[in-house]
Amino acid sequence: MNLTFREAMLTFKRAPLLSALSVTTIAFSLFVLGLFGLVVVNLQDALRSVEERVEVVAYLLPGAPVEAVAQALKDIEAFPEVQSATYVSEDDALARARAELVELRDVMQELERNPLPASIEVKLKPGFRDTDHVSAVAERLRGFGFVDDVRFGRDWVEKLDRLRGLAAAVGIVVGAAFAVVAIIIIGTTIRMAVLQRSREIAIMRLVGATDGFIRRPFLLQGAIKGLLGGGVAIGLSFGAYVLINRYLLQSAFFTQEQAAAIVAFGALIGLLGSSLSVGRHLKRV
Amino acid sequence: MIKFTNVFKAFPKGGLALKDVSFHVAKGEFAFLTGHSGAGKSTVMKLIYADERPTSGEVRVSGYNVNEMRPRDVPMLRRRLGIVFQDFRLLEDRTAEENVAFALEVTGARVSTIAARVMRVLTQVGLAAKAQAYPRELSGGEQQRVAIARALVNEPTVLLADEPTGNLDERATRGVFQLLRDINASGTAVVMATHDLDLVRQAPYRVIELQEGALVYDSAVDEASPRDQAAAP
Repeated sequence: MNLTFREAMLTFKRAPLLSALSVTTIAFSLFVLGLFGLVVVNLQDALRSVEERVEVVAYLLPGAPVEAVAQALKDIEAFPEVQSATYVSEDDALARARAELVELRDVMQELERNPLPASIEVKLKPGFRDTDHVSAVAERLRGFGFVDDVRFGRDWVEKLDRLRGLAAAVGIVVGAAFAVVAIIIIGTTIRMAVLQRSREIAIMRLVGATDGFIRRPFLLQGAIKGLLGGGVAIGLSFGAYVLINRYLLQSAFFTQEQAAAIVAFGALIGLLGSSLSVGRHLKRV
Repeated sequence: MIKFTNVFKAFPKGGLALKDVSFHVAKGEFAFLTGHSGAGKSTVMKLIYADERPTSGEVRVSGYNVNEMRPRDVPMLRRRLGIVFQDFRLLEDRTAEENVAFALEVTGARVSTIAARVMRVLTQVGLAAKAQAYPRELSGGEQQRVAIARALVNEPTVLLADEPTGNLDERATRGVFQLLRDINASGTAVVMATHDLDLVRQAPYRVIELQEGALVYDSAVDEASPRDQAAAP
Protein backbone atom coordinates (compact mmCIF):
# COMPACT_ATOMS: atom_id res chain seq x y z
CA MET A 1 0.00 0.00 0.00
CA ASN A 2 2.81 2.32 0.99
CA LEU A 3 4.57 1.52 -2.25
CA THR A 4 1.37 1.97 -4.26
CA PHE A 5 0.89 5.38 -2.69
CA ARG A 6 4.49 6.38 -3.32
CA GLU A 7 4.30 5.32 -6.99
CA ALA A 8 0.99 7.13 -7.47
CA MET A 9 2.38 10.32 -5.94
CA LEU A 10 5.54 9.99 -7.99
CA THR A 11 3.49 10.39 -11.15
CA PHE A 12 2.19 13.74 -9.98
CA LYS A 13 5.73 14.81 -9.29
CA ARG A 14 7.22 13.47 -12.49
CA ALA A 15 4.52 14.54 -14.91
CA PRO A 16 3.01 17.59 -13.22
CA LEU A 17 1.77 19.07 -16.47
CA LEU A 18 -0.04 15.99 -17.68
CA SER A 19 -1.44 15.41 -14.20
CA ALA A 20 -2.70 18.98 -14.01
CA LEU A 21 -4.18 18.54 -17.47
CA SER A 22 -6.02 15.39 -16.39
CA VAL A 23 -7.38 17.07 -13.28
CA THR A 24 -8.46 20.11 -15.31
CA THR A 25 -10.15 17.95 -17.94
CA ILE A 26 -11.97 15.96 -15.31
CA ALA A 27 -12.90 19.18 -13.53
CA PHE A 28 -14.38 20.80 -16.62
CA SER A 29 -16.20 17.67 -17.75
CA LEU A 30 -17.76 17.36 -14.32
CA PHE A 31 -18.39 21.11 -14.26
CA VAL A 32 -20.54 20.85 -17.39
CA LEU A 33 -22.30 17.90 -15.83
CA GLY A 34 -22.65 19.91 -12.63
CA LEU A 35 -24.16 22.89 -14.42
CA PHE A 36 -26.71 20.62 -15.98
CA GLY A 37 -27.27 19.14 -12.53
CA LEU A 38 -27.95 22.63 -11.20
CA VAL A 39 -30.54 23.17 -13.92
CA VAL A 40 -32.21 19.89 -12.97
CA VAL A 41 -32.11 20.67 -9.26
CA ASN A 42 -33.68 24.09 -9.80
CA LEU A 43 -36.25 22.75 -12.23
CA GLN A 44 -37.27 20.20 -9.65
CA ASP A 45 -37.53 22.91 -7.01
CA ALA A 46 -39.76 24.94 -9.29
CA LEU A 47 -41.94 21.93 -10.09
CA ARG A 48 -42.22 21.14 -6.42
CA SER A 49 -43.46 24.60 -5.57
CA VAL A 50 -46.03 24.32 -8.33
CA GLU A 51 -47.00 20.86 -7.11
CA GLU A 52 -47.59 22.19 -3.64
CA ARG A 53 -50.55 24.03 -5.03
CA VAL A 54 -52.24 20.80 -6.09
CA GLU A 55 -55.32 20.61 -3.88
CA VAL A 56 -58.68 18.90 -3.87
CA VAL A 57 -61.62 20.93 -2.66
CA ALA A 58 -64.84 19.28 -1.52
CA TYR A 59 -67.77 21.73 -1.39
CA LEU A 60 -70.28 20.85 1.31
CA LEU A 61 -74.05 20.95 1.13
CA PRO A 62 -75.59 23.73 3.18
CA GLY A 63 -76.35 22.64 6.74
CA ALA A 64 -73.93 19.72 6.83
CA PRO A 65 -73.87 18.44 10.43
CA VAL A 66 -70.82 19.80 12.32
CA GLU A 67 -69.99 16.53 14.09
CA ALA A 68 -70.14 14.56 10.87
CA VAL A 69 -67.84 17.06 9.16
CA ALA A 70 -65.39 16.95 12.10
CA GLN A 71 -65.33 13.15 11.94
CA ALA A 72 -64.90 13.27 8.15
CA LEU A 73 -61.92 15.61 8.54
CA LYS A 74 -60.21 13.05 10.77
CA ASP A 75 -60.99 10.26 8.33
CA ILE A 76 -59.69 12.25 5.40
CA GLU A 77 -56.47 13.09 7.21
CA ALA A 78 -55.99 9.39 7.74
CA PHE A 79 -55.95 8.74 3.97
CA PRO A 80 -52.44 7.62 3.00
CA GLU A 81 -52.21 10.28 0.25
CA VAL A 82 -53.33 13.18 2.38
CA GLN A 83 -51.00 15.70 3.95
CA SER A 84 -53.65 17.97 5.48
CA ALA A 85 -57.38 18.57 5.40
CA THR A 86 -58.75 21.94 6.40
CA TYR A 87 -62.34 22.92 7.03
CA VAL A 88 -63.33 26.27 5.55
CA SER A 89 -66.67 27.51 6.86
CA GLU A 90 -69.06 29.70 4.85
CA ASP A 91 -67.92 32.74 6.78
CA ASP A 92 -64.25 31.93 6.26
CA ALA A 93 -64.92 31.55 2.58
CA LEU A 94 -66.61 34.92 2.39
CA ALA A 95 -63.86 36.61 4.36
CA ARG A 96 -61.29 35.14 2.06
CA ALA A 97 -63.20 36.13 -1.03
CA ARG A 98 -63.43 39.69 0.25
CA ALA A 99 -59.73 39.80 0.88
CA GLU A 100 -58.70 38.23 -2.42
CA LEU A 101 -61.23 39.59 -4.85
CA VAL A 102 -60.73 43.27 -4.23
CA GLU A 103 -62.61 44.29 -7.39
CA LEU A 104 -65.78 42.64 -6.18
CA ARG A 105 -65.51 43.98 -2.65
CA ASP A 106 -68.45 46.36 -3.12
CA VAL A 107 -70.68 43.63 -4.44
CA MET A 108 -69.69 41.41 -1.56
CA GLN A 109 -70.52 44.11 0.97
CA GLU A 110 -74.04 44.40 -0.33
CA LEU A 111 -74.82 40.71 -0.16
CA GLU A 112 -77.73 39.91 2.08
CA ARG A 113 -76.93 36.29 2.26
CA ASN A 114 -73.58 34.49 2.00
CA PRO A 115 -73.68 32.61 -1.33
CA LEU A 116 -70.44 30.68 -0.71
CA PRO A 117 -70.52 27.07 0.46
CA ALA A 118 -68.38 25.66 3.23
CA SER A 119 -65.60 23.36 2.00
CA ILE A 120 -62.87 20.95 2.96
CA GLU A 121 -59.52 21.72 1.36
CA VAL A 122 -57.31 18.68 1.01
CA LYS A 123 -53.58 18.89 0.31
CA LEU A 124 -51.73 15.78 -0.82
CA LYS A 125 -48.37 14.46 0.22
CA PRO A 126 -45.44 14.74 -2.22
CA GLY A 127 -45.44 11.81 -4.58
CA PHE A 128 -49.26 11.66 -4.67
CA ARG A 129 -49.76 14.90 -6.57
CA ASP A 130 -50.50 13.28 -9.93
CA THR A 131 -53.73 12.74 -11.84
CA ASP A 132 -54.35 9.17 -10.70
CA HIS A 133 -53.94 9.81 -6.99
CA VAL A 134 -55.75 13.13 -7.10
CA SER A 135 -58.71 11.54 -8.91
CA ALA A 136 -58.82 8.67 -6.44
CA VAL A 137 -58.92 11.03 -3.48
CA ALA A 138 -61.59 13.14 -5.19
CA GLU A 139 -63.67 10.04 -5.79
CA ARG A 140 -63.45 9.07 -2.14
CA LEU A 141 -64.46 12.55 -1.05
CA ARG A 142 -67.57 12.33 -3.22
CA GLY A 143 -68.61 9.34 -1.15
CA PHE A 144 -69.37 11.51 1.88
CA GLY A 145 -73.09 12.23 2.03
CA PHE A 146 -72.74 15.93 2.82
CA VAL A 147 -70.35 16.63 -0.07
CA ASP A 148 -71.99 18.50 -2.91
CA ASP A 149 -69.17 18.72 -5.44
CA VAL A 150 -65.43 18.01 -5.68
CA ARG A 151 -63.02 20.10 -7.77
CA PHE A 152 -59.33 19.74 -8.40
CA GLY A 153 -58.50 21.28 -11.75
CA ARG A 154 -58.03 18.07 -13.71
CA ASP A 155 -56.51 19.75 -16.78
CA TRP A 156 -53.97 21.53 -14.69
CA VAL A 157 -52.90 18.41 -12.82
CA GLU A 158 -52.61 16.50 -16.09
CA LYS A 159 -50.38 19.20 -17.53
CA LEU A 160 -48.25 19.06 -14.45
CA ASP A 161 -47.96 15.30 -14.94
CA ARG A 162 -46.71 15.76 -18.47
CA LEU A 163 -44.29 18.47 -17.44
CA ARG A 164 -42.87 16.24 -14.75
CA GLY A 165 -42.45 13.34 -17.16
CA LEU A 166 -40.74 15.59 -19.68
CA ALA A 167 -38.37 17.01 -17.08
CA ALA A 168 -37.44 13.51 -15.93
CA ALA A 169 -36.87 12.29 -19.51
CA VAL A 170 -34.75 15.28 -20.46
CA GLY A 171 -32.85 14.98 -17.19
CA ILE A 172 -32.03 11.33 -17.77
CA VAL A 173 -31.22 11.56 -21.49
CA VAL A 174 -29.20 14.78 -21.43
CA GLY A 175 -27.63 13.85 -18.08
CA ALA A 176 -26.59 10.46 -19.42
CA ALA A 177 -25.19 12.07 -22.58
CA PHE A 178 -23.15 14.53 -20.54
CA ALA A 179 -21.98 11.75 -18.26
CA VAL A 180 -20.89 9.60 -21.22
CA VAL A 181 -19.01 12.51 -22.75
CA ALA A 182 -17.33 13.18 -19.40
CA ILE A 183 -16.36 9.51 -19.08
CA ILE A 184 -14.91 9.41 -22.61
CA ILE A 185 -12.89 12.60 -22.16
CA ILE A 186 -11.63 11.54 -18.76
CA GLY A 187 -10.85 8.05 -20.07
CA THR A 188 -8.77 9.59 -22.86
CA THR A 189 -6.69 11.74 -20.53
CA ILE A 190 -6.04 8.81 -18.27
CA ARG A 191 -5.11 6.73 -21.26
CA MET A 192 -2.53 9.38 -22.15
CA ALA A 193 -1.06 9.04 -18.69
CA VAL A 194 -0.84 5.29 -19.15
CA LEU A 195 0.73 5.56 -22.60
CA GLN A 196 3.23 8.09 -21.31
CA ARG A 197 4.43 5.42 -18.91
CA SER A 198 4.22 2.45 -21.26
CA ARG A 199 8.02 2.08 -21.33
CA GLU A 200 8.04 2.01 -17.59
CA ILE A 201 5.25 -0.54 -17.52
CA ALA A 202 7.22 -2.74 -19.91
CA ILE A 203 10.27 -2.53 -17.63
CA MET A 204 8.18 -3.30 -14.57
CA ARG A 205 6.93 -6.44 -16.26
CA LEU A 206 10.42 -7.51 -17.24
CA VAL A 207 11.60 -7.44 -13.66
CA GLY A 208 8.67 -9.59 -12.60
CA ALA A 209 5.99 -7.14 -11.47
CA THR A 210 2.53 -8.67 -11.41
CA ASP A 211 -0.26 -6.94 -13.30
CA GLY A 212 -1.92 -6.11 -10.03
CA PHE A 213 1.22 -4.43 -8.77
CA ILE A 214 1.43 -2.34 -11.94
CA ARG A 215 -2.25 -1.53 -11.90
CA ARG A 216 -2.66 -0.38 -8.30
CA PRO A 217 -0.75 2.93 -8.48
CA PHE A 218 -2.67 3.83 -11.65
CA LEU A 219 -6.00 3.13 -10.00
CA LEU A 220 -5.08 5.19 -6.96
CA GLN A 221 -3.79 7.95 -9.16
CA GLY A 222 -6.95 7.90 -11.28
CA ALA A 223 -9.14 8.05 -8.20
CA ILE A 224 -7.14 10.95 -6.78
CA LYS A 225 -7.34 12.84 -10.06
CA GLY A 226 -11.08 12.21 -10.19
CA LEU A 227 -11.45 13.37 -6.61
CA LEU A 228 -9.49 16.55 -7.25
CA GLY A 229 -11.34 17.17 -10.51
CA GLY A 230 -14.69 16.65 -8.75
CA GLY A 231 -13.67 19.10 -6.03
CA VAL A 232 -12.66 21.72 -8.59
CA ALA A 233 -15.90 21.10 -10.51
CA ILE A 234 -17.94 21.76 -7.36
CA GLY A 235 -15.93 24.94 -6.83
CA LEU A 236 -16.59 26.08 -10.42
CA SER A 237 -20.28 25.22 -10.13
CA PHE A 238 -20.48 27.22 -6.94
CA GLY A 239 -18.87 30.16 -8.68
CA ALA A 240 -21.39 29.88 -11.50
CA TYR A 241 -24.19 29.61 -8.97
CA VAL A 242 -23.05 32.77 -7.18
CA LEU A 243 -22.89 34.69 -10.47
CA ILE A 244 -26.29 33.44 -11.60
CA ASN A 245 -27.81 34.38 -8.27
CA ARG A 246 -26.32 37.84 -8.37
CA TYR A 247 -27.13 38.73 -11.97
CA LEU A 248 -29.87 36.46 -13.25
CA LEU A 249 -32.21 34.73 -10.89
CA GLN A 250 -32.57 33.29 -7.46
CA SER A 251 -31.62 29.64 -7.64
CA ALA A 252 -30.67 26.72 -5.45
CA PHE A 253 -27.29 24.99 -5.08
CA PHE A 254 -26.58 21.32 -4.53
CA THR A 255 -27.15 19.91 -1.09
CA GLN A 256 -24.03 18.64 0.64
CA GLU A 257 -25.01 15.09 -0.27
CA GLN A 258 -25.40 15.99 -3.94
CA ALA A 259 -22.04 17.77 -3.98
CA ALA A 260 -20.40 14.79 -2.31
CA ALA A 261 -22.04 12.54 -4.90
CA ILE A 262 -20.50 14.57 -7.73
CA VAL A 263 -17.04 14.36 -6.16
CA ALA A 264 -17.52 10.64 -5.58
CA PHE A 265 -18.67 10.26 -9.19
CA GLY A 266 -15.43 11.97 -10.28
CA ALA A 267 -13.38 9.56 -8.19
CA LEU A 268 -15.34 6.63 -9.58
CA ILE A 269 -14.83 7.72 -13.19
CA GLY A 270 -11.14 8.25 -12.48
CA LEU A 271 -10.92 4.77 -11.02
CA LEU A 272 -12.90 3.11 -13.82
CA GLY A 273 -11.10 5.05 -16.53
CA SER A 274 -7.71 4.02 -15.17
CA SER A 275 -8.80 0.48 -14.67
CA LEU A 276 -10.01 0.23 -18.27
CA SER A 277 -6.99 1.87 -19.88
CA VAL A 278 -4.41 0.04 -17.79
CA GLY A 279 -6.27 -3.20 -18.27
CA ARG A 280 -6.35 -2.74 -22.01
CA HIS A 281 -2.74 -1.72 -22.06
CA LEU A 282 -1.62 -4.69 -19.99
CA LYS A 283 -3.58 -7.08 -22.15
CA ARG A 284 -2.09 -5.71 -25.34
CA VAL A 285 1.58 -5.68 -24.40
CA MET B 1 17.47 -25.10 -16.68
CA ILE B 2 16.56 -23.93 -20.20
CA LYS B 3 15.37 -26.54 -22.63
CA PHE B 4 14.09 -25.97 -26.16
CA THR B 5 12.63 -29.02 -27.88
CA ASN B 6 11.76 -28.76 -31.59
CA VAL B 7 10.62 -25.18 -31.20
CA PHE B 8 8.91 -23.40 -34.07
CA LYS B 9 7.81 -19.81 -33.85
CA ALA B 10 5.74 -18.19 -36.57
CA PHE B 11 5.69 -14.45 -37.17
CA PRO B 12 2.20 -13.02 -36.75
CA LYS B 13 2.20 -12.02 -40.43
CA GLY B 14 3.48 -15.31 -41.70
CA GLY B 15 6.95 -16.79 -42.07
CA LEU B 16 8.97 -18.52 -39.38
CA ALA B 17 11.11 -16.76 -36.79
CA LEU B 18 12.39 -20.08 -35.46
CA LYS B 19 12.54 -23.43 -37.24
CA ASP B 20 12.87 -26.59 -35.24
CA VAL B 21 15.26 -25.25 -32.59
CA SER B 22 16.40 -27.61 -29.84
CA PHE B 23 19.04 -26.99 -27.22
CA HIS B 24 19.60 -27.29 -23.54
CA VAL B 25 21.48 -24.89 -21.28
CA ALA B 26 22.49 -26.41 -17.98
CA LYS B 27 22.75 -24.86 -14.57
CA GLY B 28 25.79 -22.64 -14.22
CA GLU B 29 26.59 -22.74 -17.92
CA PHE B 30 27.69 -19.78 -20.07
CA ALA B 31 26.29 -19.88 -23.59
CA PHE B 32 26.64 -17.44 -26.46
CA LEU B 33 23.76 -17.09 -28.82
CA THR B 34 25.13 -15.79 -32.10
CA GLY B 35 23.88 -15.00 -35.55
CA HIS B 36 23.10 -12.02 -37.77
CA SER B 37 20.37 -9.56 -36.96
CA GLY B 38 17.06 -11.23 -37.64
CA ALA B 39 18.48 -14.71 -37.17
CA GLY B 40 16.13 -15.30 -34.25
CA LYS B 41 18.30 -14.50 -31.22
CA SER B 42 15.82 -12.10 -29.70
CA THR B 43 12.96 -14.49 -30.35
CA VAL B 44 14.82 -17.17 -28.42
CA MET B 45 15.31 -14.68 -25.59
CA LYS B 46 11.65 -13.70 -25.61
CA LEU B 47 10.60 -17.32 -25.46
CA ILE B 48 12.88 -17.83 -22.47
CA TYR B 49 11.37 -14.97 -20.50
CA ALA B 50 7.87 -15.91 -21.67
CA ASP B 51 7.20 -12.74 -23.61
CA GLU B 52 6.28 -15.00 -26.51
CA ARG B 53 5.02 -18.55 -26.66
CA PRO B 54 6.21 -21.16 -29.10
CA THR B 55 3.96 -21.96 -32.06
CA SER B 56 4.91 -25.57 -31.62
CA GLY B 57 7.52 -27.50 -29.72
CA GLU B 58 8.30 -27.07 -26.05
CA VAL B 59 10.17 -24.43 -24.05
CA ARG B 60 11.00 -25.21 -20.44
CA VAL B 61 12.67 -22.66 -18.20
CA SER B 62 13.55 -23.09 -14.58
CA GLY B 63 10.78 -25.60 -13.94
CA TYR B 64 8.13 -23.73 -15.93
CA ASN B 65 6.65 -24.90 -19.19
CA VAL B 66 6.36 -21.70 -21.23
CA ASN B 67 3.81 -23.31 -23.59
CA GLU B 68 1.15 -23.77 -20.97
CA MET B 69 2.04 -21.16 -18.41
CA ARG B 70 -0.77 -19.23 -16.78
CA PRO B 71 -0.32 -15.48 -17.28
CA ARG B 72 -0.01 -14.95 -13.55
CA ASP B 73 2.96 -17.29 -13.39
CA VAL B 74 4.92 -15.21 -15.90
CA PRO B 75 6.06 -12.64 -13.28
CA MET B 76 7.14 -15.51 -11.03
CA LEU B 77 9.31 -16.95 -13.80
CA ARG B 78 10.84 -13.55 -14.51
CA ARG B 79 11.81 -13.12 -10.89
CA ARG B 80 14.03 -16.16 -11.31
CA LEU B 81 15.67 -14.63 -14.37
CA GLY B 82 17.79 -11.55 -14.72
CA ILE B 83 17.35 -9.78 -18.04
CA VAL B 84 19.74 -7.27 -19.60
CA PHE B 85 19.18 -5.45 -22.88
CA GLN B 86 21.24 -3.57 -25.39
CA ASP B 87 19.37 -0.35 -24.56
CA PHE B 88 19.70 -0.83 -20.78
CA ARG B 89 16.00 -0.11 -20.12
CA LEU B 90 16.53 1.89 -16.98
CA LEU B 91 13.87 4.18 -15.55
CA GLU B 92 15.21 7.62 -16.41
CA ASP B 93 13.68 9.41 -13.46
CA ARG B 94 15.12 7.14 -10.82
CA THR B 95 18.63 6.94 -9.50
CA ALA B 96 20.83 3.88 -10.02
CA GLU B 97 19.96 2.76 -6.54
CA GLU B 98 16.22 3.26 -7.07
CA ASN B 99 16.33 1.41 -10.37
CA VAL B 100 17.85 -1.60 -8.68
CA ALA B 101 15.61 -1.34 -5.62
CA PHE B 102 12.59 -1.23 -7.91
CA ALA B 103 13.21 -4.80 -9.08
CA LEU B 104 13.12 -5.92 -5.45
CA GLU B 105 10.10 -3.85 -4.54
CA VAL B 106 7.95 -5.34 -7.28
CA THR B 107 8.58 -8.78 -5.85
CA GLY B 108 7.30 -7.71 -2.48
CA ALA B 109 10.69 -8.03 -0.80
CA ARG B 110 10.89 -6.94 2.83
CA VAL B 111 11.55 -3.20 2.85
CA SER B 112 14.10 -3.45 5.65
CA THR B 113 16.33 -5.72 3.54
CA ILE B 114 16.18 -3.79 0.29
CA ALA B 115 18.81 -1.08 0.87
CA ALA B 116 21.47 -3.58 1.93
CA ARG B 117 20.80 -5.94 -0.97
CA VAL B 118 20.87 -3.05 -3.45
CA MET B 119 24.21 -1.78 -2.14
CA ARG B 120 25.64 -5.27 -2.30
CA VAL B 121 24.88 -5.72 -6.00
CA LEU B 122 25.93 -2.17 -6.85
CA THR B 123 29.24 -2.92 -5.16
CA GLN B 124 29.47 -6.16 -7.09
CA VAL B 125 29.15 -4.31 -10.41
CA GLY B 126 31.53 -1.58 -9.23
CA LEU B 127 29.05 1.27 -9.02
CA ALA B 128 28.56 1.75 -5.29
CA ALA B 129 29.98 5.26 -5.57
CA LYS B 130 27.38 6.25 -8.16
CA ALA B 131 24.31 4.91 -6.41
CA GLN B 132 22.72 8.34 -6.34
CA ALA B 133 23.33 9.13 -10.01
CA TYR B 134 20.54 9.23 -12.56
CA PRO B 135 20.95 7.20 -15.77
CA ARG B 136 21.63 10.34 -17.84
CA GLU B 137 24.57 11.13 -15.56
CA LEU B 138 26.16 7.75 -16.26
CA SER B 139 28.18 6.50 -19.23
CA GLY B 140 26.79 3.70 -21.37
CA GLY B 141 28.97 1.13 -19.65
CA GLU B 142 27.89 2.37 -16.25
CA GLN B 143 24.23 2.28 -17.23
CA GLN B 144 24.64 -1.30 -18.38
CA ARG B 145 26.24 -2.13 -15.03
CA VAL B 146 23.20 -0.69 -13.28
CA ALA B 147 21.00 -2.86 -15.51
CA ILE B 148 23.12 -5.89 -14.62
CA ALA B 149 22.88 -5.02 -10.94
CA ARG B 150 19.12 -4.84 -11.32
CA ALA B 151 19.13 -8.24 -13.02
CA LEU B 152 21.24 -9.72 -10.24
CA VAL B 153 19.46 -8.32 -7.23
CA ASN B 154 16.83 -11.05 -7.22
CA GLU B 155 19.58 -13.69 -7.25
CA PRO B 156 18.50 -15.25 -10.53
CA THR B 157 19.53 -18.72 -11.63
CA VAL B 158 19.88 -17.50 -15.20
CA LEU B 159 21.03 -14.16 -16.53
CA LEU B 160 19.77 -13.36 -20.02
CA ALA B 161 21.75 -10.73 -21.85
CA ASP B 162 20.42 -9.63 -25.24
CA GLU B 163 23.28 -7.83 -27.03
CA PRO B 164 24.45 -6.30 -23.74
CA THR B 165 27.48 -4.70 -25.37
CA GLY B 166 25.76 -3.57 -28.56
CA ASN B 167 25.73 0.08 -27.54
CA LEU B 168 29.11 0.17 -25.79
CA ASP B 169 32.59 1.16 -26.86
CA GLU B 170 35.37 -1.38 -26.77
CA ARG B 171 36.56 -0.59 -23.26
CA ALA B 172 33.09 -0.67 -21.76
CA THR B 173 32.39 -3.87 -23.68
CA ARG B 174 35.37 -5.57 -22.12
CA GLY B 175 34.32 -4.40 -18.64
CA VAL B 176 30.73 -5.58 -19.02
CA PHE B 177 31.79 -8.91 -20.50
CA GLN B 178 34.22 -9.49 -17.65
CA LEU B 179 31.43 -8.72 -15.22
CA LEU B 180 29.20 -11.33 -16.89
CA ARG B 181 32.04 -13.87 -16.68
CA ASP B 182 32.46 -13.13 -12.98
CA ILE B 183 28.75 -13.57 -12.44
CA ASN B 184 28.90 -16.89 -14.25
CA ALA B 185 31.91 -17.93 -12.19
CA SER B 186 29.87 -17.47 -9.04
CA GLY B 187 27.33 -20.02 -10.31
CA THR B 188 24.71 -18.13 -12.32
CA ALA B 189 24.00 -19.45 -15.79
CA VAL B 190 24.41 -16.79 -18.48
CA VAL B 191 22.86 -16.76 -21.94
CA MET B 192 24.31 -13.94 -23.96
CA ALA B 193 23.03 -13.05 -27.40
CA THR B 194 25.65 -11.21 -29.41
CA HIS B 195 26.98 -10.77 -32.90
CA ASP B 196 30.36 -9.58 -31.64
CA LEU B 197 32.50 -12.52 -32.78
CA ASP B 198 35.62 -11.06 -31.16
CA LEU B 199 33.99 -11.50 -27.79
CA VAL B 200 32.91 -15.01 -28.64
CA ARG B 201 36.47 -15.97 -29.61
CA GLN B 202 37.89 -14.50 -26.41
CA ALA B 203 36.26 -17.04 -24.15
CA PRO B 204 36.04 -20.81 -24.16
CA TYR B 205 32.28 -20.81 -23.82
CA ARG B 206 29.60 -22.71 -25.59
CA VAL B 207 28.34 -21.14 -28.83
CA ILE B 208 24.89 -21.64 -30.28
CA GLU B 209 24.52 -20.15 -33.73
CA LEU B 210 21.25 -19.31 -35.43
CA GLN B 211 20.76 -18.62 -39.11
CA GLU B 212 17.42 -17.51 -40.47
CA GLY B 213 15.66 -19.05 -37.52
CA ALA B 214 17.41 -22.41 -37.65
CA LEU B 215 20.06 -23.67 -35.25
CA VAL B 216 23.08 -24.27 -37.49
CA TYR B 217 25.83 -24.80 -34.96
CA ASP B 218 26.06 -25.78 -31.32
CA SER B 219 29.58 -26.21 -30.01
CA ALA B 220 28.36 -28.48 -27.23
CA VAL B 221 26.89 -30.90 -29.77
CA ASP B 222 29.19 -30.46 -32.74
CA GLU B 223 32.53 -30.49 -30.95
CA ALA B 224 32.02 -32.49 -27.82
CA SER B 225 30.20 -35.74 -27.22
CA PRO B 226 26.48 -35.14 -26.54
CA ARG B 227 26.83 -36.54 -23.03
CA ASP B 228 29.11 -33.68 -22.08
CA GLN B 229 26.49 -31.06 -22.90
CA ALA B 230 25.43 -30.60 -19.35
CA ALA B 231 28.97 -30.20 -18.11
CA ALA B 232 30.09 -27.68 -20.72
CA PRO B 233 32.13 -25.56 -20.78
